[in-house]
Amino acid sequence: MLKIEGLTAEIDGKQILKGLDLEVPAGEVHAIMGPNGAGKSTLSYVLSGREGYEITGGSVTFHGKDLLAMEPEERAASGLFLAFQYPVELPGVGNATFLRTALNAIRRQRGEPELDAMQFLKLARSRMKELSMPEDMLKRGVNVGFSGGEKKRNEVLQMALLNPSLAILDETDSGLDIDALKIVSEGVNALRGPGFSALVITHYQRLLNYIVPDRVHVLVNGRIAKSGGKELALELEAHGYAEVAA
Amino acid sequence: MPAVTETIETVQSVAEGGYKWGFETDIEMEFAPKGLNEDIVRFISKKKNEPGWLLEWRLKAFAIWQKMEEPDWAAVNYPRIDYQDAYYYAAPVQKAKPKSLDEVDPELLKTYAKLGIPLKEQAILAGVEGAGESPSDAAEGGRMPIAIDAVFDSVSVATTFKDRLEKEGIIFCAISEAVQNHPELVRQYLGSVVPQADNFFAALNCAVFTDGSFVYIPKGVKCPMELSTYFRINAKSTGQFERTLIIADEGSTVSYLEGCTAPMRDENQLHAAVVELVALDDASIKYSTVQNWYPGDAEGKGGIYNFVTKRAACRGKRSKVSWTQVETGSAITWKYPSCILQGDDSVGEFYSVAITNNRQQADTGTKMFHIGKNTRSTIISKGISAGFGQNTYRGLVRIGAKATGARNFTQCDSLLIGDQCGAHTVPYIENRCISAKVEHEATTSRIAEDQLFYCRQRGLSEEEAVGLIVNGFCREVLKELPMEFAVEAQKLLQISLEGSVG
Repeated sequence: MLKIEGLTAEIDGKQILKGLDLEVPAGEVHAIMGPNGAGKSTLSYVLSGREGYEITGGSVTFHGKDLLAMEPEERAASGLFLAFQYPVELPGVGNATFLRTALNAIRRQRGEPELDAMQFLKLARSRMKELSMPEDMLKRGVNVGFSGGEKKRNEVLQMALLNPSLAILDETDSGLDIDALKIVSEGVNALRGPGFSALVITHYQRLLNYIVPDRVHVLVNGRIAKSGGKELALELEAHGYAEVAA
Repeated sequence: MPAVTETIETVQSVAEGGYKWGFETDIEMEFAPKGLNEDIVRFISKKKNEPGWLLEWRLKAFAIWQKMEEPDWAAVNYPRIDYQDAYYYAAPVQKAKPKSLDEVDPELLKTYAKLGIPLKEQAILAGVEGAGESPSDAAEGGRMPIAIDAVFDSVSVATTFKDRLEKEGIIFCAISEAVQNHPELVRQYLGSVVPQADNFFAALNCAVFTDGSFVYIPKGVKCPMELSTYFRINAKSTGQFERTLIIADEGSTVSYLEGCTAPMRDENQLHAAVVELVALDDASIKYSTVQNWYPGDAEGKGGIYNFVTKRAACRGKRSKVSWTQVETGSAITWKYPSCILQGDDSVGEFYSVAITNNRQQADTGTKMFHIGKNTRSTIISKGISAGFGQNTYRGLVRIGAKATGARNFTQCDSLLIGDQCGAHTVPYIENRCISAKVEHEATTSRIAEDQLFYCRQRGLSEEEAVGLIVNGFCREVLKELPMEFAVEAQKLLQISLEGSVG
């Protein structure tokens, strides 16, 4: 489903990814752990197509297509979703408007009929209820004045609505208290199934108690240094990156 | 179609991007001779069969104009206008003024249909008009009809729902018709808000104005539908000098909106309008504009010079005037819709969105004159600059010595897209009253790369993303527009900014 081979990338002339190989089969949840500066966020931005990153080598195929040749919105329409570490504020843009515009943009690109305001509201309300989100979050500006936990829940709400085949969660656990962490994790787990894969990027093992991964990869200095089952996360927590990845 | 023409058209459509209103109607026209002199003023007056007092009024304005200098204080640059190199009167040939809509030239009806402005009352009422592109189709179910006055170059070609409005005592017609049928009202109010000597462009308008709308709402009447004028410049080398006069008598209410478009041409064309509003005791006027004159091409060739004087007199106690404008078109915009707050407790509002893309220049804002006690004004201005566009907010808040308890709140926000454009804010505040309260806030921001990326990651194209962010930025203003126009305006903002990023 997602296959990364020998990926190298740099930003402002500084090489960050140095030959990264990774394969995520359909239906699996993989965790990527690693120390600060290892290239975790760079990987999520390169996969989602953010400007400013230069791909200097390697390839990424997604559902058999060349992911790196696609525009960010085409990647989104193909089923790739990035839950941002720092969700962006859009002042004056109502959350409902934003969510519906996004959902319909993707449905349009997929050749599916667009949802009208009523159909959308019905869908959004049921998803929000599952995520214990107050309904007034639909009326507020996108992420404007949201607490850290609300912003992350809003990301998961978008994910639930857009129904991606691959979700990249970039440190979704940062800034979350334990209750919010549970809610967010349940939101992700609810999507799990044969058509849903996820790449969970995190510093801490804690999140993986709730979103239990099929595989864990350790990213150090721009490469996958070690891969293993979910027990690898515990090992990392106990001994630190330096020892495990050495 | 010959290959050359096709090539030219293809190139044009690529270059012009979104300007969908740039077509030209082929119709037999009658022109005044080119140039401007007393004879032209007499020609126009005679064409309109005007009474002597109005001709004298025009000639006086012309004499004043000849002694005036074109103003140069606005932050706009354009080559000197040759006022002798233009036509001041152009009208579709009509055998007689049509008595009903059925008699209007089908070519004209087609033009307005193509612009999304249905001129058929039944069709509007039944909600079955055309391709779903008309602004009135945007709202769903149970909406009210809109009465429309259609001005084509120098004349009004049709006004809808006149009979129905007359039952309420409302007069809604072309100003040239009002001169014939309601001379006492026109004589009493014409020039009473914007006098002949007010400024260079207003004086020119007083001398050669051709058509525009006239509205009178009688005492205590709430106008049952939106009134709207649609201005279309079609003829080449022709100036349009629209004159609109709206009088809201005691306790009456009206919402009026105007739209405007023009064909794409390489030459610049002049639009010098004067709009006067009068609100008596407890009257309220809401005046909305969606200005979409041809802005010129990406290199700044062609486009309308839009030099407009709009002013409202809140003469009555507790009267209220609200200006809302969405300015997306024109090569140059020079306009300052203003309120003279004479009546005690009167209210003036100005909500503005001005976009300049490519080589467009806009110098726009408002003037609020607080004269009466406890007068209040609100100014919300949103300027968006893209490409090489230059956007200036210029505003004056003047509070007289007797305006005790007066209040003003001003907010000017500028949004920059790209690094070649400019935004400027020039607020003037003159306060002679110790108990008055004046507030001014201003911000300048850019569309951030992370905002665009966030939207695109959610599936929006870059242009959809810019449209969404800009609409968010303008929300406070757009929500003041009547609903049908708000939908139209949102689309227009997006189209106007096409090609501004990436």
